[in-house]
Amino acid sequence: MFRFSTIKDYHTALQNGQTTCVEAVHFYIRAIEAQRELNAYLEVYAAEALQRAAELDARLASGEPLGKLHGVVVGLKDVICYKDHRVSAASRILEDFVSIYNATATERLLAEGAIIIGRQNCDEFAMGSSNEKSAYGPVKNALDHTRVPGGSSGGSAVAVQAGLCMVSLGSDTGGSVRQPADFCGIIGLKPTYGRISRYGLLAYASSFDQIGIFTNTVADAALLLEVIAGPDAYDSTVSTQPVPAYSKEIAAGADKKYRIAYFRQALEHPGLDPVIRDEISLFIKKLTAAGHIVEAIDFELLEYVVPTYYVLTTAEASSNLSRYDGVRFGHRTKVATEELADMYKLTRSEGFGKEVQRRILLGTFVLSAGYFEAYFTKAQQVRRLISEKTTTIFSNYDAVISPTVPSTAFKIGEKQQDPVEMFLADIYTVFANLAGIPGISIPLFTHPEGMPFGLQIMTSHFDEVSLLRLSAELMQLK
Amino acid sequence: MEIASGTVAYLANLSRLHFNEDEQAVITDELQQMLAFVEKLQELDTTGVEPLMHMGDAVNVLREDKVAGSVTRAEALKNAPVHDEQFFKVPKVIRK
Repeated sequence: MFRFSTIKDYHTALQNGQTTCVEAVHFYIRAIEAQRELNAYLEVYAAEALQRAAELDARLASGEPLGKLHGVVVGLKDVICYKDHRVSAASRILEDFVSIYNATATERLLAEGAIIIGRQNCDEFAMGSSNEKSAYGPVKNALDHTRVPGGSSGGSAVAVQAGLCMVSLGSDTGGSVRQPADFCGIIGLKPTYGRISRYGLLAYASSFDQIGIFTNTVADAALLLEVIAGPDAYDSTVSTQPVPAYSKEIAAGADKKYRIAYFRQALEHPGLDPVIRDEISLFIKKLTAAGHIVEAIDFELLEYVVPTYYVLTTAEASSNLSRYDGVRFGHRTKVATEELADMYKLTRSEGFGKEVQRRILLGTFVLSAGYFEAYFTKAQQVRRLISEKTTTIFSNYDAVISPTVPSTAFKIGEKQQDPVEMFLADIYTVFANLAGIPGISIPLFTHPEGMPFGLQIMTSHFDEVSLLRLSAELMQLK
Repeated sequence: MEIASGTVAYLANLSRLHFNEDEQAVITDELQQMLAFVEKLQELDTTGVEPLMHMGDAVNVLREDKVAGSVTRAEALKNAPVHDEQFFKVPKVIRK
């Protein structure tokens, strides 16, 4: 019987002949089939994954050296392009869209021997915190089918949680990797803005978007990041900074003592579940006992991060999503129109879901004449304040910790009425996207009602090495 | 800020979206709630603060001017809902 723990162990088992890539793929195809109800996958590439597995097994048998991700079974959020496969952003407007190229991240996974098993459900155009906004139905949390998995990368999180692939790639614009990782009890890593190329990632808000990684272990997250990060001729915003060998780096410096800060306002926030507050407070005591320096600092801007995030991301979305016009790709209305503009309007209103349309409208509003300065420029100024504060914090501390989300996974349908209520689920995660720093959620805690929750760790720009080392260390402290 | 009647219709036109009257009423309410939420930013004094427009310190990277990274016409037309052998097709835009 096939069992997956880490990529390293899997590779050892492959080399010792204890398992094969074909056996692994069969295992996941059966698991996905048995758990269809979770709605984690929009499409499964069973036949071709098996074929690729057979080829990889043959390569190993012929003595070729193993790729870093040889035979690793990966799922892709439905916003990451895979050549000759559909990618729809969980939207009707792209229902039949077939990608004509690979995202850079996809290309690099394949070059190291990964097997892509399917595309995973998410909130439409990555807009949402519960995966209830998919045009293809909600995803269910595998631990409790009445609860949401979080979002927007809900399908990718559940796939790792329920053992429907080894690792997944998602995308994180305001917490869309870390928040579902918290709700599902797994690891969710959002690297520094610009660490991974966004080429072939369907855009939501381009100055926030970053591909993220779901795994069960810190070591696997480090290995994936090492493979997919780095310069790319197809994305001029990606960083040219060299990519450290993260998978080797995490082993070094295991006993390092860190200077860690937490935001007083975050732990005192009235919306925070008291159980989560108490567990995190206890954990801070453990950290201190383990020799780390942990200090409370003020972050007066906490109340402003989510409004800033919504002004800027909706503005960027209204601009980015203007490309869906029914001309070059995607859905086009079947209603015959005399005017070109009417064709655009009907096409877009038929194709986009309500949440997407709301955000486009708000974004158009904050960019429109008469309101641009008061909303859009204002939010960019606040972003500057947040960015300057971030620089100050990391000149004194190695890391900032906080809860990842103020509550555990809520019930499906519970937060459908008020379009603003759901926004508060993002209060601890949007900061990293506003500042462009890396963040991770690691599964450390269980709530008495039975659901898991995580600790969020953030470090300075391009300091994923410290982020991953500290994560590995804290997982031991659990 | 109160959303004036007609604002949603104006924004819908700019956004190239279409809402019927019932939908307009609902979306006016929702937009009102979202605006009330982001209104909070007005509390902060940002006098003299330079707006942050670009993330990171990446600068434009230039390459040699040679043909690369293109798609074929057939590929470019592959996902178009209405097209012929060479062109994307749209409703008539020039009239007599």
